[in-house]
Amino acid sequence: MSTVAVDTALPSSYTQSQAQRAVRRRRYLTTAGTALLSLVLVVWTVLPIYNMVLISLEPEGDVFTDHIWPRVASVESFWGVLTQGHWYLEHFWRQFANSFYLGAMTTLLTLLIGSLTSFSIGRLRIRHGWLVSNAALLTYVIPASFLAIPFYRIMQNYGLANNVWSVIAALVAFATPYAIFVFQEYGRSIPIEVDESARIDGASPMQLYLRIYLPLMAPALVAVGTYALLLAWNEYLYQFLLLSSKSSMTVPVALAQFLSSDQSPWNYMMATAIIYALPPVAIYYAFRRRMSAGLTMGGVKG
Amino acid sequence: MDTASVVEIGRPSVRRDSIWRSLRGPLKGSEYTWALAFVVPYIAVFVTFVAYPVVYGLWMGSEPRLYPELFSDPIYQKTVVNTALYLALGVNVKLFLALLLSGFFMRPGWWMKVLLMIFVLPWAVPQITTFISIHWMLNGEWGFLNNMLYTLFHVEGPHWLNDRWTALGAVIVSHIWKWTPFWTLILLAGRMAIPLEIRDTARVDGATGVRGFVHITFPLLANLYLICTLLSTIFLLGDFNAVYFVSGGGPANSTQVLATLGIRNAFEIAQPRLGVAAVMSALPMVIPLVIVLMRKLRTAQVQL
Repeated sequence: MSTVAVDTALPSSYTQSQAQRAVRRRRYLTTAGTALLSLVLVVWTVLPIYNMVLISLEPEGDVFTDHIWPRVASVESFWGVLTQGHWYLEHFWRQFANSFYLGAMTTLLTLLIGSLTSFSIGRLRIRHGWLVSNAALLTYVIPASFLAIPFYRIMQNYGLANNVWSVIAALVAFATPYAIFVFQEYGRSIPIEVDESARIDGASPMQLYLRIYLPLMAPALVAVGTYALLLAWNEYLYQFLLLSSKSSMTVPVALAQFLSSDQSPWNYMMATAIIYALPPVAIYYAFRRRMSAGLTMGGVKG
Repeated sequence: MDTASVVEIGRPSVRRDSIWRSLRGPLKGSEYTWALAFVVPYIAVFVTFVAYPVVYGLWMGSEPRLYPELFSDPIYQKTVVNTALYLALGVNVKLFLALLLSGFFMRPGWWMKVLLMIFVLPWAVPQITTFISIHWMLNGEWGFLNNMLYTLFHVEGPHWLNDRWTALGAVIVSHIWKWTPFWTLILLAGRMAIPLEIRDTARVDGATGVRGFVHITFPLLANLYLICTLLSTIFLLGDFNAVYFVSGGGPANSTQVLATLGIRNAFEIAQPRLGVAAVMSALPMVIPLVIVLMRKLRTAQVQL
């Protein structure tokens, strides 16, 4: 796995040409190995996604056949999804809007609550802030699915069943801890003297937060925002439990409903899945650098 | 300290020492109010949507009669075996692959960058959609995998999801497919953080290839690798989607794991307390993990 396989020291008894040949052969082998491994990785990675595309491009009757490439590529199923042309898809746009609303609200609230908290702990240095940090850390390491049953019960008691805000609450509760970590870690790179000099000029904490903290934290905000949006987009369990009516449900819940029927219209399902997957993939690639910076901020320290 | 002159801010006052003072620390009156107002939203979210459900769950699962009932359930016994296998294979195979691949992606060249972008696709695409795709891919009659086996090798593939062990294997492989890219990125960042001088010095001293990995790279990555293992264990223990969508817990509830069995008990057979009990039976494993993880994360400053 070394990155420098070529220039190892060779015994002096080698003649120049022998040494060159050995180097060349070694380089050739490394290239061949890289190419082979790359090929395996690409096939491995792409296979389930190729399957999605393949089925979505098949006309309805063709799904139950045994070919491994589309005989005739048809966009019929995509068109069907976009025009809500199948009885399964009557509420597609409504459900898509629900997913979007869920993602947007989760992102906004996570950013707001997370940044306020880390500003208070990290910049204003509130006493016992470490308690809050620890509560957040604890939340981060509790599996969300383990809390689903009591959470469902509580939401029933509050009368929030079939209300998208119950899911937003759950997602914000599970996304904010990550936001707090990243913000605190990133905030350390901003010197505290910036705050102090602003305070001498008479800035209130609110002004500090709005005018100084938030603008300087922009990269971290982008990273965490992307994270929260993808979290909401990926989440299924809470949406499934808490949103069951046709008008309140989101795309993942509707997709899973397809699955439970005997006559699943697979081409429509896969077309829906691809349309649903496009926004996060686009966002991921757009903010890729920012995101991996956020993901690994701190990386290894010691 | 009530004289609100701006210059005094931040200077620790030694004049008075009251309980109030020790509570609010070095902050001035109005600043303390602000600081408090800023943390209150998170505290409210934590108490209402995390602490309360935890307590509620503990209360729901606190009846002793639940546990003999649970432990004598043959489905539960299978579930424990499945969970153990899922954990052991899912976590370790995935992280070991990620460790090797992170080294592979350290290679220079444009092709590696392109490859990495393709490689992270499983992570970028929403879980539900890919797991549904895998589910259909493994269909014995019309699935892509068996079609491919037949077209390329003229082999009739098995009904993958109709047998407990192939179905569980499919779940584990799906999990590995989905999450290896994420951990590869983390370990790649860990490798990048190793200072160049260390690598150069090691190379001059003859530590290249496998030897460089064993003596230089891995010792430096070991702590990160351990944290990844622990975190991944916790994440996998709570993983619902892979099992639910790839095998659906079937055939005949033989591939459930604790996370899906809890939901199944609570909502399919309408015994929420038994569901909570199933989840809570993982606590003897979760609690030590959480304690170790919290210590590690606090000191190592790893951001995931």
